[in-house]
Amino acid sequence: MFPSKFDYHRPSSVQEAVQILSDNPDAKVLAGGHSLIPVMKLRLATPSALIDIGRIDALKGISRANGSLRIGACVTYNEIANSGVVQDAAPLLAEAAGQIGDRQVRYRGTIGGNLSHADPASDLPAAALALGATLHVSGPNGSRSVSASEFFVDLMMTSLQADEILTEVEISAASAGTGSAYVKFEHPASGYALCGAAAVVTRGAGGSCTGASLCFNGVSATAVSANGVAASLVGSDLSDGAVESAVSNLSIPDAAGDMFASAGYRQELAKAIGAQALRTARDRA
Amino acid sequence: MAGESNGAAGFGSSIRRREDPELITGRAKYTDDLKLAGMVYCTILRSDYAHAGINSIDTSEAEALDGVLGVYTAKDIEASGVPGGVPVGWLLPGLKTPEHFMLAKDTTRYVGDGVAIVVAEDQYTAHDALELIYVDYDPRDGIADPKKATADGAPLVHDDAPNNIAFDWEIGDKESTDAAFANAAHVASLDIVNNRLIPNAMEPRAALADYNDITGELVLYMTTQNPHIHRLLMSLASLGLPEHKIRVIAPEVGGGFGSKIHHYADEAIAAWASMQVGRPVKWTATRTETYITDAHGRDHVTHGEMAIDADGRFIGLRVDTYAAMGAYLSTFAPAVPTYLYGTLMSGEYDLPAIYCHVYGVFTHTVPVDAYRGAGRPEATFIVERLVDEAARVTGIDPVEIRRRNFVAPDNFPYQTQVALAYDSGNYEGALDKALEAIGYDDFRTEQAAAREQGKYLGLGLSTYIEACGLAPSAVVGSLGAQAGQWESAVVRVHATGKVTVYSGCSGHGQGHETTFAQIVASALGVPYDDIDVVEGDTGSMPHGWGTYGSRSAATGGSAIASAAEKVVDKARTIAAHLLEAAEEDIEFEDGNFFVKGSPDQSQSLPDVALQAYLAHNLPKGIEPALEATSFYDPANFVYPFGTHIAIVEVCSQTGNVTLQRYLAVDDVGNVINPMIVDGQVHGGIAQGIGQSLYETAVYDDGANLLSGTMLDYAVPKAHFMPSFETDRTVTPCPHNPLGVKGVGEAGSIASPAAVVNAVVDALSPFGVTHIDMPVTSEKVWNAMK
Ligand SMILES: Cc1cc2nc3c(=O)[nH]c(=O)nc-3n(C[C@H](O)[C@H](O)[C@H](O)COP(=O)(O)OP(=O)(O)OC[C@H]3O[C@@H](n4cnc5c(N)ncnc54)[C@H](O)[C@@H]3O)c2cc1C
Repeated sequence: MFPSKFDYHRPSSVQEAVQILSDNPDAKVLAGGHSLIPVMKLRLATPSALIDIGRIDALKGISRANGSLRIGACVTYNEIANSGVVQDAAPLLAEAAGQIGDRQVRYRGTIGGNLSHADPASDLPAAALALGATLHVSGPNGSRSVSASEFFVDLMMTSLQADEILTEVEISAASAGTGSAYVKFEHPASGYALCGAAAVVTRGAGGSCTGASLCFNGVSATAVSANGVAASLVGSDLSDGAVESAVSNLSIPDAAGDMFASAGYRQELAKAIGAQALRTARDRA
Repeated sequence: MAGESNGAAGFGSSIRRREDPELITGRAKYTDDLKLAGMVYCTILRSDYAHAGINSIDTSEAEALDGVLGVYTAKDIEASGVPGGVPVGWLLPGLKTPEHFMLAKDTTRYVGDGVAIVVAEDQYTAHDALELIYVDYDPRDGIADPKKATADGAPLVHDDAPNNIAFDWEIGDKESTDAAFANAAHVASLDIVNNRLIPNAMEPRAALADYNDITGELVLYMTTQNPHIHRLLMSLASLGLPEHKIRVIAPEVGGGFGSKIHHYADEAIAAWASMQVGRPVKWTATRTETYITDAHGRDHVTHGEMAIDADGRFIGLRVDTYAAMGAYLSTFAPAVPTYLYGTLMSGEYDLPAIYCHVYGVFTHTVPVDAYRGAGRPEATFIVERLVDEAARVTGIDPVEIRRRNFVAPDNFPYQTQVALAYDSGNYEGALDKALEAIGYDDFRTEQAAAREQGKYLGLGLSTYIEACGLAPSAVVGSLGAQAGQWESAVVRVHATGKVTVYSGCSGHGQGHETTFAQIVASALGVPYDDIDVVEGDTGSMPHGWGTYGSRSAATGGSAIASAAEKVVDKARTIAAHLLEAAEEDIEFEDGNFFVKGSPDQSQSLPDVALQAYLAHNLPKGIEPALEATSFYDPANFVYPFGTHIAIVEVCSQTGNVTLQRYLAVDDVGNVINPMIVDGQVHGGIAQGIGQSLYETAVYDDGANLLSGTMLDYAVPKAHFMPSFETDRTVTPCPHNPLGVKGVGEAGSIASPAAVVNAVVDALSPFGVTHIDMPVTSEKVWNAMK
């Protein structure tokens, strides 16, 4: 468990970090270190340098203005899970962050690291998708924004360029009549999601469904949206029967199996966990 | 016993463990915490191939790296003239014992097999250099499944072991057992896999070797459960240094579960490296190395059958097992699936005919050896699963069929058909206590009601027996052990009446410093705080055999009790002299000697001790000082037993199994410290639940280890567990001075069967009759389809 040699940089601004990153093509950004350090210790990653963005104040805030919640890339899961602002504006994200790993992981791991790492089994990508989050990114040519649905490209691959840093996550604050839930079926060894379902539903004045989304972690190479299935709930009364019949059509493209759970089983789990997330979201709406 | 009134700290009291404050606050020193002047580090290059020829090894680049002191291969060890062996310490008739050298010579036989050694000034360099060693491998086919490995044409692990068979062993009477099956009214039959487990002691194995080429002495600090065994094998088989020139010290040891019993190449390599570079050398396993070098456990493929007569009585048991040995025979490996397995096949039952046949099989995997329970969990699992299957095929309730077949309380000592003679027991007593606590009849009502609503609950029993504290030595030797199984103790009363106890056991989390002091507090009537217990240093105590197999209380505790008795006898002689009375008239109570009837004129043990050390006024023929040594060889094994009950709920949507309750009623004889015994039971149960629901070492068809990290190998977590309910019955062991049995392994022996029986019970509406461990959610979900 001894990494190879690397240089260490601790920039104090995003600009500086981006500069070091573009000057060092083999360098890696270090946030919470809870994915990067383990792979370095196994020598599966051997970056020539680490650029520690953990002390950049601009990446550490949570704020809400004009109906929009903004979370800095270096905000930890613990801060997200326990933030009144996040619990109010994006309770789904707070709930998902609170289910990550254990206490130590939640004190170190960051939302930016989690989304950038894009582990298919991690807990925040589905929530970011279901909430329609916008990701703000800085690079040598300035800043740009990407929607969560365009961000996750493939297994541990995002649309971030090698010299870009994710700086902020923006989410529209939940409107009245909206309920959400993140339900996770844990892998007994890793504690990651064998299947994690993030559901958001909105009920209109009469109680019928006016909007729904349903996204999954853990089932295929990236977090995926099953919003087609969720959309079929719009107009329904969101009864258990309606939820059941909607998820019965769920089929996640490219579901992946491994030595612990087959693709077919993960599909079935997604139905069960997805239905549970939808029912809970409904009860909270 | 004397001194029952030793405050609240004597035999039988739940005082807190005195070792914990240091352990919990991080003050305790483990091997890897130790630093010696001039110390350097060693790392070991390990084969990435399950099976490969070694064409050549190029070490030049590694040698050229700054800070590297040396890079060595098997050739260098051979050239140094040391024996270089890693021997097996238990021989069976016909056992194949292929050479096991400290590093692979021309063939690697499992992923993890050592190939080369680096010694460097610091750990980072030592690890960097590993990447600069180039091995030209000739990859070959490997095999991991112990049954398939015996097929004709399967890849051979050793050329001199045809069909990979290391041994072919049997116990019991085949003919009478076959006859029982011919007459059976019912037959219960199961094919099971007892899943391979990877020990996960919190502290990885480590060694710090300091060889002095002027004195020829080697001091070896290491993670060991049995320093004397390691010293013996280092001397005889690996290093060739005289035994008295080796001192093995076990600093604090962070768990073992068996994995630190065995003599591995790695610690010997650290010692050999120190002999080469003339400096202290430290080797500490990474967690990854732990997974591919610590001896694994279990790994059986078994067919078992029970013959039952028309009245539901068991009349015969037949078991056929393929037990993996891995690539080489580890220290006690051949004993585990034989004398610790086949001999337990009678369970708690009066079984008139038993036959058990075992193939020990070489596979291209990490060697397999004793792991908490060692053979007895495997035996209990097949027996208790067959008992439940017998209940199913006969339509008799699982509780009732057990009652009908138990060895009756008035039938002890009970001679089984498989060598063991059970010393004492009251199996129905423990069963009744457990059933009452769990509310058996109410549960069956609740279960039926729940099923109506699509909720699947199950209850599983495991009425287990185990045999631990292997003994006496002559018997163990006749079975093939190349070791004795007695234990040693020194009880030294100092001039001030304070006491130091030395034990040949070597605890690594069990709480010996507390419980052994409790034994002495009661025996000598000395305050508990005046007694220290020292273990784990071949330089300061007589030879002992260490801690494993739930032996420490029964063997080491008994040795301490008998040494304490010798101390009291000598002190009594001195006290009689001081009190000017006849020895027969002296009473000993609460640490005081007095003449019968006049307790106010007394000599306390400290008074006597002072006189013994001053030696100004001792009776004729009595030597000065006050201490005694005992070498205690028990008359028999001890036989803990009990009833464990698990209640599970199975989720019909996901297949997830949740443990709702887990209740254990154990009988471990007299209890020295109930809290510590509960702790051992809790840990054992958790480990058994780990085996039954979560843990498994997965090798692919080419014998590559797929579950090589904690991301894939599921060590159970606290939140997977219900709060355990524990209780006891007490049937003292009749043949040792303390009446104690053993408790270290009971939980892991009993619990897998209880949990799987519960899952099968829950799934009975789906026609499920067996499900292999670990019972993962997907397996359950498939079973429900
Ligand atoms: C024991 C344990 C249990 C865990 N359990 C879970 C779990 O249950 N669920 C779960 O979701 N995760 C789990 N994790 C992973 C954890 O959430 C990690 O924290 C997360 O995956 C990465 O976030 P980080 O801040 O630690 O990033 P780091 O490890 O520092 O970085 C991860 C990767 O992202 C890049 N990166 C980081 N920040 C940025 C940025 N702002 N811009 C661009 N690139 C960036 C890094 O260069 C690196 O490649 C667990 C980890 C451990 C050690």
